[in-house]
Amino acid sequence: MPAVASSDYVVIGGGIVGAAVSYGLARAGEKVLLLDEGDIAFRAARGNFGNVWVQGKGGTSPAYADLTRRAANDWADFARELEERTGQDLHFRRPGAFYICFSSEELQRRAETMARIDKSATVASPFEVLDRPELAKRLPEIGQDVAGATFCPSDGTANPLHLLRALISGTILLGGRYLPRQAALGLRADGQGVAIDTQAGIVNAGKVVLAAGLGNEKLAPQLGMSAPVRPVRGQIMVTEKIRPFLHFGTNFIRQTLEGGCLFGESSEDAGMDDATTLPVLKETARRAITAFPLLRNARVVRAWGALRIMTRDGVPVYQQSRSCPGAFVLSVHSGVTLAPFHCGAIVEALRAGVLDAGTFEPFSPERFHVQAA
Amino acid sequence: MFRLLEATGRPMTAIKVDGRTVQAEIGANLASVLLRAGFQPFRTTPVSGEPRMPYCMMGVCFECLATIDGITNCQTCLETVREGMVIERQLGASPIKPAGEGAP
Ligand code: FES
Repeated sequence: MPAVASSDYVVIGGGIVGAAVSYGLARAGEKVLLLDEGDIAFRAARGNFGNVWVQGKGGTSPAYADLTRRAANDWADFARELEERTGQDLHFRRPGAFYICFSSEELQRRAETMARIDKSATVASPFEVLDRPELAKRLPEIGQDVAGATFCPSDGTANPLHLLRALISGTILLGGRYLPRQAALGLRADGQGVAIDTQAGIVNAGKVVLAAGLGNEKLAPQLGMSAPVRPVRGQIMVTEKIRPFLHFGTNFIRQTLEGGCLFGESSEDAGMDDATTLPVLKETARRAITAFPLLRNARVVRAWGALRIMTRDGVPVYQQSRSCPGAFVLSVHSGVTLAPFHCGAIVEALRAGVLDAGTFEPFSPERFHVQAA
Repeated sequence: MFRLLEATGRPMTAIKVDGRTVQAEIGANLASVLLRAGFQPFRTTPVSGEPRMPYCMMGVCFECLATIDGITNCQTCLETVREGMVIERQLGASPIKPAGEGAP
């Protein structure tokens, strides 16, 4: 096969994670090439709910709680810089979000979890526990059968499609290259760098970053790394555009700036099937109407499924190859929330050529080895 | 601008279009009746407030939306005239009805 392209950095995967890394590299003045598979790919980035979500994350990993909190705190600056450069409005807002609980037991469990996470994290993220009367003061449309909610002012929302588009167009504006319909078929260490087989031919990389979502699982072992990820399907519905009534985020309902309401919270093990199913959509709609009864008058115009990239413990995997030190793998299900980290600190680590233990050890896949337990 | 090419002889009824009374054939395509009645624009959009008129006339583009008998966002090109119909123009995003009202 002929060599068709080469670059100091090649990022494999044109989703939000890969595009954020590419954007960060291009912004730092590096030569970067972003390879994207095409429309047959399972594109989590295009089925995303769009929450910048902090509360409740990091229950098993204080390092992940801190990472998330820092990234959410950095989101406003990140958005401003990207918007100024690309002219793309990310629809980022950070009014805080409610996690809605349907029974007092659920609310109590939730409050305990939040308190436990907060104790172990070092970056502050305050929260409140609200019973129904208090919640109804803040969300007048809340339903009778809601028991309460936790509220966290760190949470926000953004338009994930605008974000993806801005990151890719920003990469190109800064001199990076974007090649769609170029699935990476195989990888091997080659002298100083990595040779990548694609549909069009061989692409040579000085350093390679795997951000191929579920595709990482097959690619990472070829360079001596591991990406133990599985697909977790989520199903989302969106309504017709209605006049704004919900000015905060919630864990499973949000109203976009244009007025459409998104509902989605399902988690299913469905293999590589991203279809929608009636029972799940029905249950999602039922819970949405229980939370906000006026939504029964809103028509659903579209529904879709998408596959989350889930590690065994829900915490990201960031790894550098030992046998091929120019190769890195990123496996993450929270590409929107962590975008500032992926185009900031990750990029600095890539340029330094090492994922320093202080920051990255908690995210190594070695935590899954039995010997580590 | 638009006129009926051929009368079908179907019975007529009075419908309300933006407060006006309009005579229309029962069973006629509603969007075509509204076009002939000079209902213009059909609506303005929720985001930019631009005026819109029917485009595809076959249920695909969603440009022809109006409020029919109190139900918002109806595709008028997929509706036919019924007795006593009330059509209102939608400006911007329509408000959502409170929980106690609206369709069952
Ligand atoms: S005119 Fe296109 S949907 Fe009615």
